[in-house]
Amino acid sequence: MTEADGLSRRRLINWLLSLGSGSLLGVLLYPIVRYVTPADQPEAAVGTAVVGQLRDFPLDSGKVVRFGERPAIVVRLAGGELRAFSAVCTHLGCTVQYRKDLELLWCPCHNGRFDLTGRNVAGPPPRPLEALEVAVRGDQVVVSRRA
Amino acid sequence: MSVARTVGRWLDDRLRVGAARDFLAHKLVPVEHSIWYYFGGASLFLFGVQVATGVLLLLYYRPAPDSAFESVRFIMAHVRFGWLVRSLHAWAANLMIAAVFTHLFSVFFLKAYRPPREVTWLTGCGLLGLTLAFGFSGYLLPWNQLAFFATKVGTDIMGEVPGVGPVLRFVLRGGENVGGATLTRFFGFHVALLPLATTLLLLVHLALVQLHGMSERLGDSARTARHMPFYPHFVLREVLVWLAVLAVLIVLATFFPWELGQKADPFASAPSGIRPEWYFTFMSQSFKYVPPRLFGLEGEQVAILGFGAVFGLLVLVPFLDRRAARGEPSPLVTAGGVLLLGFMVVMTLLAYFKPY
Repeated sequence: MTEADGLSRRRLINWLLSLGSGSLLGVLLYPIVRYVTPADQPEAAVGTAVVGQLRDFPLDSGKVVRFGERPAIVVRLAGGELRAFSAVCTHLGCTVQYRKDLELLWCPCHNGRFDLTGRNVAGPPPRPLEALEVAVRGDQVVVSRRA
Repeated sequence: MSVARTVGRWLDDRLRVGAARDFLAHKLVPVEHSIWYYFGGASLFLFGVQVATGVLLLLYYRPAPDSAFESVRFIMAHVRFGWLVRSLHAWAANLMIAAVFTHLFSVFFLKAYRPPREVTWLTGCGLLGLTLAFGFSGYLLPWNQLAFFATKVGTDIMGEVPGVGPVLRFVLRGGENVGGATLTRFFGFHVALLPLATTLLLLVHLALVQLHGMSERLGDSARTARHMPFYPHFVLREVLVWLAVLAVLIVLATFFPWELGQKADPFASAPSGIRPEWYFTFMSQSFKYVPPRLFGLEGEQVAILGFGAVFGLLVLVPFLDRRAARGEPSPLVTAGGVLLLGFMVVMTLLAYFKPY
């Protein structure tokens, strides 16, 4: 047996060892990575939610309500008109509030401002708030996703 | 032969205590050192306080959305000395982060990262990251309103990191939203993963400090600097500093007990004047000034890349600062550090005195 044979045998064994230990590592890591990644739970796509009675929404005020797993904000303008938006700020996800003094939707986390059509008008938010449908059925205020 | 000596020799034969004793007897530190040399030790001491108080809190804390807040309230209201243990843990966390930042900037301005201590610096940067991760994950555990939104924003910021962001946010939160899954995850990180990682990295960091000894001032060398024995001269000074830190900690924890706030409500507006813990406010405040779009990217992505670049420069400074490596002053690096520190201080002050 020549020296070259010995070297190539050593290389083959090294290669097999690397392959084996690499595979072992992969086999051990894969379930861990999968375990740590949360399972996709398709959010129960809430289409419509009853959020309260009309008297819960006084004139010129805003109220954060539960819309599925996320907060929504229902604003009642001074004139009586109801508007609803997703309350999740498009910047970094804080929950916005109605500011009577500014007549705006305002996020206190980074001073983002949206007008009463949901448009981002000042501060860092990059997109408007998602607009939702709002309707009054009998005495109940109903919020639903736009088609 | 006395019993003590017999036992001593028996132990020495088996544990080689003599080697450690010799090392300690010969270890020297520079005479010319200042208060800034003590903040690494103070950080270590506060880490010890955190381990001790953290273990005690574990006996009563419950990591679930419908019981976390109540369990912390129970600790503070009903457990004997519970108020003290919880307040110590919260205050020591803040003091530890202050000590770690002071240690970082001391080492930076003293240029103690210069060869051969580059790896010590790198492990130190790792420990800074772990300390901040401790602060971020621990902040959520009482499940109060401020913590809830801080976690929302913090994980959303990580979600904006180009590429891995969305996956990172999903994994950290344990789902799309911040909720019960996030709380159990953060609890696991805070009490198991981070302590393990910190202990390992800390051992390397401390071993390297022993290996290289304490850094001499720029321009001095091991030969030209005057030295004094580590034991007992330096150790006694260190003990004095630790006792002072303990005194400050106990006064703060007793007379300014850490508040619990209001229980988190995912369906309430973020409260006005909300800000994260003080050590993150400089970042949070900067986000307020960034326009929605910048250089064709979303504004906050630019801000994140900017902070990432600055942190990258900071980590790599031992390799960039060639002048300090040669033992010469490097005013440019010092100026960069002053600029960074100034930016952090100004943004933090703005967050407290002129938030909007």
